[in-house]
Amino acid sequence: MSEWLAGAPWMMLAIMLPLSGALVAFLLPRHSALVGLGASLLTACAALVVMLQVAADGRQAYRLGGWPAPLGIELVADGLSVLMLAMTAVVGVAVSVYARVYLADSPDKVRRFWPLWLFLWAALNALFQAGDAFNLYVTLELMGLSAVALVALSGSGPALWGAMRYLLVSLLGSLSYLVGVALLYHAYGTLDLALLSERADGGLQLAVPLGAMIAGLLLKTGLFPFHVWLPPAHGSARAPVSALLSGLVVKASFYLLLRLWFTFTPEGQGVPLLLGSLGAAAIFWGSIQALRQKRLKLLVAYSTVAQLGYLFIAFPLAELEPALAWSGSVYLALSHAMAKGAMFLAAGSIMTQGGHDEIDELDRVVERMPLTLAAFALAGISLAGLPPSGGFVGKWMLLQAAMTQGSWFWALVIIVGGLLTATYVFRVLGFAFTKSPHEHERHDVPATMEWTALVLALGAVLLGFAAPWALPLLEGVLP
Amino acid sequence: MSFNTWLPVLLLCSSLVPGLIIFMLPERATALRTTLNLGGAVLKIVLLVLMMIGVFHGVDYEFRVPLVPGLDFVLHADALSLMFVNLSAVLWLATTFYAIGYLENSPNRSRFFGYFSLCVTATVGLAMAGNLLTFLVFYEALTLTTYPLVVHRGTEVARKAGRTYLAYTLLGGVLLLTGTVWLYSLTGTLEFIDRGFVAQAGVDPAVLRMVFLLLILGVGVKAALLPLHAWLPQAMVAPAPVSALLHAVAVVKAGAFGVVRIIYDVFGIEFAASIGVTLPLAILAAATIIYASLRALFQDDLKRRLAFSTVSQVSYITLGVAIAGPIATIGGLVHLVHQGFMKITLFFCAGNYAETLGVHKVSEMAGIGRRMPWTTAAFTVAALGMIGLPPTVGFVSKWYLGLGALEVGQHWVVFVLAGSSLLNAAYFLPILRTAWFDAPPAEWPEERDYGGKETAWLLLLPPLATAAATLVWGLLASMPGTPLDWVQFIAARKYAP
Repeated sequence: MSEWLAGAPWMMLAIMLPLSGALVAFLLPRHSALVGLGASLLTACAALVVMLQVAADGRQAYRLGGWPAPLGIELVADGLSVLMLAMTAVVGVAVSVYARVYLADSPDKVRRFWPLWLFLWAALNALFQAGDAFNLYVTLELMGLSAVALVALSGSGPALWGAMRYLLVSLLGSLSYLVGVALLYHAYGTLDLALLSERADGGLQLAVPLGAMIAGLLLKTGLFPFHVWLPPAHGSARAPVSALLSGLVVKASFYLLLRLWFTFTPEGQGVPLLLGSLGAAAIFWGSIQALRQKRLKLLVAYSTVAQLGYLFIAFPLAELEPALAWSGSVYLALSHAMAKGAMFLAAGSIMTQGGHDEIDELDRVVERMPLTLAAFALAGISLAGLPPSGGFVGKWMLLQAAMTQGSWFWALVIIVGGLLTATYVFRVLGFAFTKSPHEHERHDVPATMEWTALVLALGAVLLGFAAPWALPLLEGVLP
Repeated sequence: MSFNTWLPVLLLCSSLVPGLIIFMLPERATALRTTLNLGGAVLKIVLLVLMMIGVFHGVDYEFRVPLVPGLDFVLHADALSLMFVNLSAVLWLATTFYAIGYLENSPNRSRFFGYFSLCVTATVGLAMAGNLLTFLVFYEALTLTTYPLVVHRGTEVARKAGRTYLAYTLLGGVLLLTGTVWLYSLTGTLEFIDRGFVAQAGVDPAVLRMVFLLLILGVGVKAALLPLHAWLPQAMVAPAPVSALLHAVAVVKAGAFGVVRIIYDVFGIEFAASIGVTLPLAILAAATIIYASLRALFQDDLKRRLAFSTVSQVSYITLGVAIAGPIATIGGLVHLVHQGFMKITLFFCAGNYAETLGVHKVSEMAGIGRRMPWTTAAFTVAALGMIGLPPTVGFVSKWYLGLGALEVGQHWVVFVLAGSSLLNAAYFLPILRTAWFDAPPAEWPEERDYGGKETAWLLLLPPLATAAATLVWGLLASMPGTPLDWVQFIAARKYAP
């Protein structure tokens, strides 16, 4: 039994399970919620097994149909992939549990949500395990399309507008990436990442395609100043969708960027410095915009712009302290996924409860839904990098990388960004404790919704104690 | 892992677990909530006594798990940490009694007591932190768990006070974080050890002075050192038990304790003195003492006057530590405990006046001693202690501070102490005079009836107990088992033999 379990193609299953779940949910619209939840749990299990395998035996590869690399499709899972798979599994299960209750009273949305979401999950898992640049393109495109459709799900005017912009940006980003892929193939005659890293020799024939690919990915990740599409799309989608977009989808294009970076390890200091500076600008711009927002969901969406900036601080720091900087960045990505997911879920519960999400009209919401507020606060603690939390560990490593090499500028950016984050998080909490002069409608929120957000936020906090187990996975993956 | 490894964790859990359960309890479950609160508080004291006996006989209690690459999360019980745990545990018990009486029938008690327990957990963790990283974790946790207590009343004033509180404390946390990471990148270790780890690292003293500045400013926010003290008087909007806890045990003491840790166990007192950072700190502490006393003179609001008095008194601890002599160390450390007991008494009494008679201002206190003689007696004992009159514990602290200063030739400190005593007398004695000797008004602002008694017994017993403790320890200062005795045991380990 155990041999059969170990021999099963788990990497393949992590993609096929959500894909077939999506099909079944589409064909049986009446049972789509149940099918969706079941498929989610199975997918998460498959992802977990892949992670255990990689933790035990190191890098895993799986050839589709048994064809070797240049001809067939090869799936590859290393430490970085499985961390991303696990992140997707945790956030995915939480969102699935939440969405089943959240969408319960709008059956037409249930029918469309589950196939799209499971399809998105399949695309994400495929992307994290893809071994060549073209498959990465295909999965990136599939992911983008299903994400756009999910934004449009809510059907409101702003959401459709946001989805339209998102679609255009997503297509533009993919196109730019595709141009890069084509040029790479022209230059080196292969798209397999392992082969490319051997053959790539620098110079203009590498720089141009790489530049095109990176630019496309930056657009899709929403790094400042390419972030303009992000807040409307993430802010106007339904809460579970926002959690998926902010938590997972932007991480996928960032993951892809890291993959390319680790494969080609571009030389020179100009590009890392540029990326880092854009990251710093994102931190400040996103935080200041978050502070100015009147609506809770937009605040959380702008916070994503700021937190994504943090991920890019690693680029300029990596030259002298690669291990610390990259692990810090990856760890921040993981904890941001959980914290931001929890935050959007909590915001969704608050919106369901009061029928609005005006920040200064929160009106002692802490008395009516203490669990949700606890979830919001814990997620905020992790985002702000306050200890003990996953965000703290990530920022600690980045800060240590900056200070060890005496880069005071980057240290200052990291620190001030954390303060700004704490400011907008506590602005919300302050109003949540305060009585408002106006009357508001009150609805009951199912306990499942409150608890899911809280558990996910607790996960982000507990991630602060998981570094000794998670970080060794990255050894050998980082340059 | 043996039982000794887990004892520090149990000590944390004795308030963490009740706190988490209390969050889940419905508002009506008063009996269960009270049982959990008091049960946890008593269990903590029992565990503590066990560990104190162990430490006295040389047992090492340490719990260690890895946290970030190269650094562990360490809970370690030494004599110094147990002194602070002791202060927190005993005063937590007293404050729990008091808060049960104070908040009777008020809304949101589950939330209040939940955060109250978390706050004590953070304080105990901070006391037992075995390295600077763990200290930082609990330092921030303390900020986060006290915030809901400060804004507990949910008014606009409370929200603004909470904002100020956070602005200061988070800034302090960031400074501490910066200093910590910097120090780690210089020395490669953050473990607290007797006489410090910085001296062996061989780093440029100019850089170390900068690190010292960052760390001290970081903890100085909570210790309310001048110019970082402004949050403390504003945080007075919180309910009285919270103020009592913030002032006597949790927040300001965490800051003062941080100063102690940084000077003794990070830098080492002799090394800190040799790079010339202790004298400026002593001067800053002295300036805080005098300035805050002057400000206290002009406050009519009783709680605000007490708040400025706290700012002044907590700096005695910093002063004693920064004078850098063994006897002054004893004075500073023992004041950590003494000030806690005196100040908590004063805040309990202020809460009693407000709760029973609606009296909030010094100008309304005429003749209050006749209406509430027991409360006012406790207030009097604590106020005299603050002034430093024998035979209270306040005198013991000042005696050691003064002697210690003379021992190392810092004669100016004696003048600061004398000046502060005068100022303390100037702002406490008029209160005592009007309370005991002026005629009471015909009607109190907002009198509540406690069936002919002075006030509820739950409100009266805690201040009487803490006031009695300050008298007894003052009278029997050199007997075994007093705070002074334990502090002498600590001080012996912080100086090179």
